[in-house]
Amino acid sequence: MGFFDRLKQGLSKTKQGFIAKVESIFTDRAVDEETLEELEETLILSDIGAAGAAEIVGHLKEMAAKGEIKQSGSVREFLKKEMAAMLGSAKPLVIFGEKPFVILTVGVNGVGKTTTIGKLADRLRNQGHSVMLAAGDTFRAAAIEQLEIWAGRSGAQLVKHQSGSDPSAVVFDAIEAARARGVDVVIIDTAGRLHTKSPLMEELKKVKRVCNKAMQGAPHEVLLVVDATNGQNALRQTQLFNEAVGVTGIALTKLDGTAKGGIVFAIRRDLNIPVKLIGVGEGVDDLQDFVPEDFVRALFE
Amino acid sequence: MFESVSEKLDAIFKKLKGRGLLKEEDIEHALKEIRLALLEADVNFRVVKDFVERIKVKAVGKEVLESLTPGQQVIKIVNDELCELLGNSNSRINLSPNPPTVIMMVGLQGSGKTTTSAKLAAFFKKEGRRPMLVAADLQRPAAIDQLITLGKQIDVAVYSSRDTKDPVLVTRDSLQRAKIQANDVLIIDTAGRLHIDETLMGELSNVKYAVSPKEIILVADAMTGQDAVNIAKQFNDQIGIDGVILTKMDGDARGGAALSIRAITEKPIKFIGVGEKIEMLEPFYPDRIASRILGMGDMLSFIEQAQKSFEKKDAELLQKRIIEDSFTFDDLKDQLKKIRSMGPLESVLNMIPGFSKMKNVTVDDREFVRTEAIINSMTLRERANHNILNGSRRKRIALGSGTSVADVNRVIKQYIELKKMLKMFKGKKNIKIPKGFPF
Repeated sequence: MGFFDRLKQGLSKTKQGFIAKVESIFTDRAVDEETLEELEETLILSDIGAAGAAEIVGHLKEMAAKGEIKQSGSVREFLKKEMAAMLGSAKPLVIFGEKPFVILTVGVNGVGKTTTIGKLADRLRNQGHSVMLAAGDTFRAAAIEQLEIWAGRSGAQLVKHQSGSDPSAVVFDAIEAARARGVDVVIIDTAGRLHTKSPLMEELKKVKRVCNKAMQGAPHEVLLVVDATNGQNALRQTQLFNEAVGVTGIALTKLDGTAKGGIVFAIRRDLNIPVKLIGVGEGVDDLQDFVPEDFVRALFE
Repeated sequence: MFESVSEKLDAIFKKLKGRGLLKEEDIEHALKEIRLALLEADVNFRVVKDFVERIKVKAVGKEVLESLTPGQQVIKIVNDELCELLGNSNSRINLSPNPPTVIMMVGLQGSGKTTTSAKLAAFFKKEGRRPMLVAADLQRPAAIDQLITLGKQIDVAVYSSRDTKDPVLVTRDSLQRAKIQANDVLIIDTAGRLHIDETLMGELSNVKYAVSPKEIILVADAMTGQDAVNIAKQFNDQIGIDGVILTKMDGDARGGAALSIRAITEKPIKFIGVGEKIEMLEPFYPDRIASRILGMGDMLSFIEQAQKSFEKKDAELLQKRIIEDSFTFDDLKDQLKKIRSMGPLESVLNMIPGFSKMKNVTVDDREFVRTEAIINSMTLRERANHNILNGSRRKRIALGSGTSVADVNRVIKQYIELKKMLKMFKGKKNIKIPKGFPF
């Protein structure tokens, strides 16, 4: 049998997905090497990373050696506890303090920043907040138009400049306008940028500085949008965006696919940045609060 | 954050060399590291598992045991195997004998379909063809505007219709239009969709049957994790793809998704996207990606990028200097200037194998200015011969350049490191590093 054939055969096995896999591990057999290996595979396939998976499996081994876990039934409980603990307690996105509450949205290209902003605007509008969107993505073709459509859909106000203009200027105007009009929340869209492009990261730093110039203490939230389909590179993204503008929360998008977004475990462990929102679909109300227990339960049930 | 594979393999390599003959347990040890490296690069777990098995079979043979440098041999086997799996030659887009050649772009949301469509159109235009873009993404707000804007930028016709929400209708009409206007390449930008969304995948098949594309290209994000196999498999099973374009390769993702996708679909990767600018679409070279997945740098890309910035004459001169080992501070200053014109320093330097080994080489772009000032403060003799730079000279240079002696020491140290690195190229024809091995 050729390499590709063998591989395909193997992959059709994994196709059942994470949940089914874990279920099959949790039959009533004892905690043996095979169980642990399968567990490691399942964890790695969720993008937790080889190191993270090894850590969890290692801990599990220790517990088993001590006799604290005997059967796979208790493995499930152990894992749920262990992994939920890794994520810490829920930290929802809270609007508070002096108006306007400024949210700066950042991320690499194509993660779903503008869509997330649209959904977030809609959600905040439904909660009774007035919202203003700042079209800070002046680079990508038609990004302003895309945000404009979302503003229309959610009933948010929009401040925009021309395509190609300085994003910092847009942001300054938006915060000024929001203050003058007594708007509750300003959400700033920015152009997607790879975290490795230092001139673009400098531009982002400037946007943040200008926020603070327009309003002391702004931005109150720096939301990094992360694509759940991304693998280990998402950790690098978070690291470098955090170094540049100080990320306060993650919005994890595209969880409605088959990707599990396991990288958030590493993000929480290495950088202690909480996931605040998750995107689970294309609908306006498919943006939800991140609840660690639910996230972990979804992995194991 | 993560130790690069080449460093780890170097360590193993040294250990193996020290012990003489290679035992099976040594291979096991090396394979463990390779497995980890591949997983860190986001290669799918199953793909890694099979790959490592394959390597083991090849490595635990006489080939390795009789080799003089066993570690090197293992790494070579890994790299060769990786190259083979990635497809050994770079493959182009097939053109239809009866124009227009219809190319359909498919993929997840945010993978970069619209940008890549425009890049592809620009590529064909440069080849002297008459491409037309089709805005068949009727889902995402302003997707049509985006394609129209991009079309204007590259002066390529864009077919769009705002009267319908049916991509089948739009694409069918666009084909008619292309025939009338004698466009020979038709590039269809479809809406991004999840591979498990049955309705939208069905819509995609309908588009396919309406215009029978010559090539269906899966556009995939180089940063994709373990899920790459699911995505590729679903698109290939349900729609059938002919090739892949890997986007966002200009980041620091190791691009293990390339191997995963290739392994599951057996379809060639045809291009890679390496920047936001429209011309930043490059052919796919398996050997380069192999080194990148292994974290061994991307020397060939570096040389190519360098060639764009360096005049041929200058390059010849530099090569001569390298061969003669007469690389001076003045040359360094010259090269720094040119490197600066190549783009962000970090991405440039990361393409150099072994760079990660030089921990004391900073990658702050502003360092350049300081380094230049320091070199400017040296006398001509000092620039030609660093050996005469004693304490008092260093102090004078620091004063002259407005820096500290520590800064001066750092620059000198970097210069010596660089000189050492350049020596590695000595004697190698065309400064080509064979198969990505920096030793």
